[in-house]
Amino acid sequence: MSKEKLVYLDNNATTPTDPRVVDAMLPYFYEIPGNAASRNHPFGWKAEEAVDYAREQIASLINVEPKEVIFTSGATEADNLAIKGVFEMYAQKGNHIITLTTEHKAVLDACKKVEKMGGQVTYLEVNDKGLINLADLEAAITDKTIMVSVMWANNETGVIQPMKEIGAICAKHGVLFMSDATQVVGKIDVDPREVGVHLMAFTGHKMYGPKGVGALFVNRKNPRVKVTAQMDGGGHERGMRSGTLNVPGIVGFGKAAEIAKAEMHKDAERLSGLRDKLETALMNNLEEVYINGSKENRMPHVTNLSFKHVEGEGLMMTFNQNIAVSSGSACTSASLEPSYVLIAYGLGDDLAHSSIRFSLGRFTTEEEIDFTIDALTKGVSHMRDLSPIWEMYKEGVDLDAVVWSAH
Amino acid sequence: MAYSEKLIEHFKHPKNVGTLDKAAKNVGTGLVGAPECGDVMRLQIEVDEVSGVIKDAKFKTFGCGSAIASSSLATEWLKGKTLDEAASIDNMDIVEELALPPVKIHCSVLAEDAIKGAIENYRSKN
Repeated sequence: MSKEKLVYLDNNATTPTDPRVVDAMLPYFYEIPGNAASRNHPFGWKAEEAVDYAREQIASLINVEPKEVIFTSGATEADNLAIKGVFEMYAQKGNHIITLTTEHKAVLDACKKVEKMGGQVTYLEVNDKGLINLADLEAAITDKTIMVSVMWANNETGVIQPMKEIGAICAKHGVLFMSDATQVVGKIDVDPREVGVHLMAFTGHKMYGPKGVGALFVNRKNPRVKVTAQMDGGGHERGMRSGTLNVPGIVGFGKAAEIAKAEMHKDAERLSGLRDKLETALMNNLEEVYINGSKENRMPHVTNLSFKHVEGEGLMMTFNQNIAVSSGSACTSASLEPSYVLIAYGLGDDLAHSSIRFSLGRFTTEEEIDFTIDALTKGVSHMRDLSPIWEMYKEGVDLDAVVWSAH
Repeated sequence: MAYSEKLIEHFKHPKNVGTLDKAAKNVGTGLVGAPECGDVMRLQIEVDEVSGVIKDAKFKTFGCGSAIASSSLATEWLKGKTLDEAASIDNMDIVEELALPPVKIHCSVLAEDAIKGAIENYRSKN
């Protein structure tokens, strides 16, 4: 066993499963193996009871009715079900959906599919803080608009959208409001009904629950929202999502929701303190460090920083034996394109290549943050010593005036 | 992505990092890439004017681990070579030596371009 320290600051990618969640799940693999849809024997009854209880735990976390929680395999499936399901169900009313350019691919690619199916999609730009322009939203709504889909908080930057204001605009025009809330449920207070959200996708594994289980909140009253099932079969989940329920996963998801409800405020307060410590120390130790996205409207555990004239993947290689983070650099993506989210915020490609996302979590310690501050400070300094453009910048060369040989 | 040990060694302990006097007559400088593409490589050679042999080579690179390792390796290979020998270094030699994955082949192309750029710059002065 390596004694080297391993620090996990990639909680927006996935969170570790809380040991208390694992304990809750274990009996449902062997001792209680039933199918929640088996109505005629105790194995089935127990499984159904467990699912019902988990549904209540989850509904309670987001202040909705248990019947409004539709289990899926994760947030990607929930996003797909909401977007394609609403598009099909509301075809009589219209065919226009409005979303943001900074949405997760699960939403953007589902919207692309809707376009192929004959729908119209408007992709709204965001401002340099990553926030929606409410006037643009209102102007984009037509009599064909059936839904607005805006993520509650962005996965790369943690920027939180003005949900209440968006909800009010949607209500005024009688269009559905859908939100990908993957990064917020279980981390901060999320009450879809309070802000006028009618459909909301979220998942277990971003809130210390297991992977492979998520949910779509579907509003049942005023208005009663319906979606066309995207998975055909036994008619589970009120006909909206067929497929045998993942009982152990759902039990774990429920337990994770219960723990989150009890602990998320305390976690958020502690993590925002650590996040601020990390951010402040790096900005004090190093020159030319920029925070990407709104500092005011941001998740408490996330910071996305650009270290100018240092390439993100190279920087990560200086410490990735010990510290796990993510980068918006092209070199970390299969497409070799830098983060489309940061580009949408108006960052130049060079700063997008230089970005690192730190996402803290329930199990992050202060000692780990101190270790990270030290490693990042050394890593950035090392990479700048190697960087010809840092040298040119220090010599006062105007980098924008240099004719580069783009390739 | 798991990289080869050689690549990681070049990345962690890069050889010949530095700057030569680009105004000197016997120094050739190649600057390739662009910040918005995520990599900029500057490779410099110092040539012995009598023998025509490269006696020193230095680099600085803004880029990913593969770009840095490719330029570090290139400077090692350049030292002791004549300009013609240097010009014959092929990017695929770098790919092979560092076991670059397919998505990183462009880093080796950049290194080859930087070598050629430095030679060209030297020749234009002499």
